[in-house]
Amino acid sequence: MSADTRLIKTAAETTLADSFAAAKARLPGKGEIAVRREEAFRRFEQLGLPHRRVEEWKYTDLRALMRDAKPLAQVPDARSKQRAKTAGAIVAGVDARRIVFAEGAFVPELSDLSQLEPGLSIASLARALAEGDADVVARLGAPGPAEGDVAAALNTAFMGDGAVIRVANGAAIVRPIHLVFAHGTDMATTIFTRSLVVIGDDAQVTLIESHEGPPGLDYQVNAVLDLFVGDRARVDHVKLGVEGSSALHVATLAATIGADVEFNDFTFTIGGQVTRNQLFVRCAGESATVGLRGANLLKGRQHADTTLVLDHALPGCNSREVFKSVLDDESRGVFQGKIIVRPGAQKSDARMMTNALLLSEAAEADNKPELEIFADDVQCGHGATAGALDENLKFYLMARGIPDGDAESLLIQAFVGEAVEAIKHDGVKEALMEAVVRWLAARG
Amino acid sequence: MHLLEVKNLHVEVDGKKILNGLDLSVSKGSVHAIMGPNGSGKSTLAHVLAGKKDYAVTQGEVLLDGADLLDLSPDERAAQGLFLAFQYPLEIPGVATMNFLRTALNAQRKKRAEAELSTPEFMKRVREAAAKLSIDTEMLRRPVNVGFSGGEKKRNEILQMALLEPRLAVLDETDSGLDIDALKVVADGVNRLRSPNRAMIVITHYQRLLNHIVPDVVHVLSKGRIVRTGGKELALELEANGYAGYQDEAA
Repeated sequence: MSADTRLIKTAAETTLADSFAAAKARLPGKGEIAVRREEAFRRFEQLGLPHRRVEEWKYTDLRALMRDAKPLAQVPDARSKQRAKTAGAIVAGVDARRIVFAEGAFVPELSDLSQLEPGLSIASLARALAEGDADVVARLGAPGPAEGDVAAALNTAFMGDGAVIRVANGAAIVRPIHLVFAHGTDMATTIFTRSLVVIGDDAQVTLIESHEGPPGLDYQVNAVLDLFVGDRARVDHVKLGVEGSSALHVATLAATIGADVEFNDFTFTIGGQVTRNQLFVRCAGESATVGLRGANLLKGRQHADTTLVLDHALPGCNSREVFKSVLDDESRGVFQGKIIVRPGAQKSDARMMTNALLLSEAAEADNKPELEIFADDVQCGHGATAGALDENLKFYLMARGIPDGDAESLLIQAFVGEAVEAIKHDGVKEALMEAVVRWLAARG
Repeated sequence: MHLLEVKNLHVEVDGKKILNGLDLSVSKGSVHAIMGPNGSGKSTLAHVLAGKKDYAVTQGEVLLDGADLLDLSPDERAAQGLFLAFQYPLEIPGVATMNFLRTALNAQRKKRAEAELSTPEFMKRVREAAAKLSIDTEMLRRPVNVGFSGGEKKRNEILQMALLEPRLAVLDETDSGLDIDALKVVADGVNRLRSPNRAMIVITHYQRLLNHIVPDVVHVLSKGRIVRTGGKELALELEANGYAGYQDEAA
């Protein structure tokens, strides 16, 4: 222990070590999983909380931002469940199968498990780990696209509960599945959720994830979604960050994509004090089509970081990355995007674009695109813009009778809409645009 | 009373004087052409009337129906019945043309304390106006002016004018970038909107537009002032002799 622990310095790191020591015996899963947790925690201890001199975390200095680590979340009480019941309202208009987690724990009585479509199974990760589900243990035990990442390692050490969703080969699940993650108590705690979604060959599914909690409470969330997509499957994933105004939220998507897959991912962030969305996507089959998109609408002193690593490991994959940030007040939007084209991954086609709209002099946008290309017959490009609203466009709208504020709102909606438009599900698309309109209205 | 009165208007852009005591009176129902060489202040006049920022009025006044226009914001001027057809209509990605038209029309109606148009009534008006300009409805579903040809953009301007029914329309170089067929479609569109209750100011460098939109009055603008006013025959004279004499006259 002593050789490792001497690197631990901050209060948050000390608390996490204490929490792990106290909790590891009762965290779900024995044997291999317990070993995996230990390894992951050792890894965290070696690395410590990432700070600005760690390139991947350059703009989001977690060591500085995380003054302390909160105690692990407790079993949800009645009040917490009551709040979880209405959580995820941002997509209330969408007919989706709600699977609810309060304080990170699965709440069956709030979840809709009735009449599961043929080929669909939904279970609790804590239960799967406790029962030693061989497939779950094997998938969580194998190195995935997020291997080596410190936030994912911390999650592996502490992972409590989450969803295990399987869609059988060829099953087309029409009704979206909505994973509702809610922080419902008035105690500032840390929630570690881990979900595993395995989509069979030729299957189809739309997965929505929402994360929310009360305003003004400095709780912490570390959520990981491991996604395995079989060949020729079509998967739409929309993640909604609606955390409370003082929350720290770190989320990791680790996706392994098969051949000829159509995968569309959208990350939408309007909540949270500090948000870090990590997307690790590996195209592990040929000719997949991947869309990674997102929009952040930030105000006050909000900070949202989108960091993605897209690995074109095999030939013929096509990817589009489009991220939009609307930054008001003193908010800060960060984008780091790395596209890797492996040797032999010929005919890869990747285009990455980020646009930041600065609504205030004090807002800040940081952009770091990277292309690592090891094949010679590829098309890859990236672009980034950051700027204020176009005054000439605004004048054009106003000259037609549209008042100042409405003209701005219309232009901002259009700006965000360019990314949101790519979401396949019409109801989700409309719900997000309505959320944008509400955000703009609140801006005044 | 004149619908529009411009009195001794002085305007600067970035400290540079562009308009130098311009006077102009336009009465209801009339069409005035303003012609002049490049740099004479034609577009500045159009933008100042519409209320664009960056144009500093240092002297003079502009009255619409006797009420001061210069204190109003661009949207308030539009609601008062002023319309500027842009020389270079802007592209607005992400805003569907239909949504834009509807938002603009209802914003103006709201400011005038008129009820919003119902969707069927709005659609009917748009379809009728679009058909007259040979604008197909597919174009209206596209983002404003994005991917439109030069002719389509100008037709879209006239469509907006038809829907918004202004009292005073200012057409800034509406003929620029148009071939003769497109010019004819646009001019026909403008002519249909001529009415005893509406005045128009047609700003152009060339006489050819005025073959199609025949003005009642022609003004020559040079060095920021109206230096000559006449009937439609003045445009023909300019076409024959050019602006050379006027540049000297103002200097």
